[in-house]
Amino acid sequence: MSEEKNRHIAFICSKGDLDMAYPALIMGWAALGDGIDVTIFFTFWGLDLVTEKRVDRLEIAPVANTSFKMSMMGLPTGNWGIPNIMGIIPGMSAFATWFMKMKMKALGVPPVREYMEMLSDAGANMYGCKMTVDMFDIKDEDFLPCIDKVVTASDFMDMTDGAQIVFI
Amino acid sequence: MTALDNITLNEDGFMTVPAEWTEELAAALAEKEGITLTDAHWTVINFCRESAADSGAAPTLREITKGAGVTTKDLFKLFPKGPAKKVAKISGLGKPEGCV
Repeated sequence: MSEEKNRHIAFICSKGDLDMAYPALIMGWAALGDGIDVTIFFTFWGLDLVTEKRVDRLEIAPVANTSFKMSMMGLPTGNWGIPNIMGIIPGMSAFATWFMKMKMKALGVPPVREYMEMLSDAGANMYGCKMTVDMFDIKDEDFLPCIDKVVTASDFMDMTDGAQIVFI
Repeated sequence: MTALDNITLNEDGFMTVPAEWTEELAAALAEKEGITLTDAHWTVINFCRESAADSGAAPTLREITKGAGVTTKDLFKLFPKGPAKKVAKISGLGKPEGCV
């Protein structure tokens, strides 16, 4: 048994929208709960999920999101989408964000900041992408404590030898 | 014959007849998972049994940390390599149904 290599799943988080933050967190948590090794690599806008000043300010925008239906805002409009012209009204992203956070809270889903701590405490290895960190001029102290270190794309390849990789 | 021979398990290894579970059986089930039960384990197991008696389903890991007052780090140390299923199996419950 001990010779057998443990299953390993790696997530690449490249998006910073509130709705795109959750897939890796939910699946990563499920994997850890089942004894699977988890690595998460944050690149480009995905770094917002692990940056102290951004993590509580993630948003979802209804503009150009064809899956965002008016009925999700509580209106009895079936499958009608939100017209983009309405989505550009100031405050619409804030409203959609508030609404999604409320729905998640009702389901007992923790905020992103708390999720990061849970994953880290449960043994996930979490890294920032060196190229993006250099480009955005992000300092070590800007990160949440869950980030182990900043690594290159090549380091990530070495760390995930044999792993299943999910790009988000 | 051991205590483990007399219980009904489904194909995933979860007990299906709650009345078959006893505290002695929990120790045998834990041993099968390579775990020696301590008071800290029992805090978790007792919470899971009570929670399942109320809700009808095995609690998720976050429900356990919130409800039993055990940290995520400790929960993963007590039941290493996959606490979600191990806790449920040792507590004689089904597979947890929630995602968090």
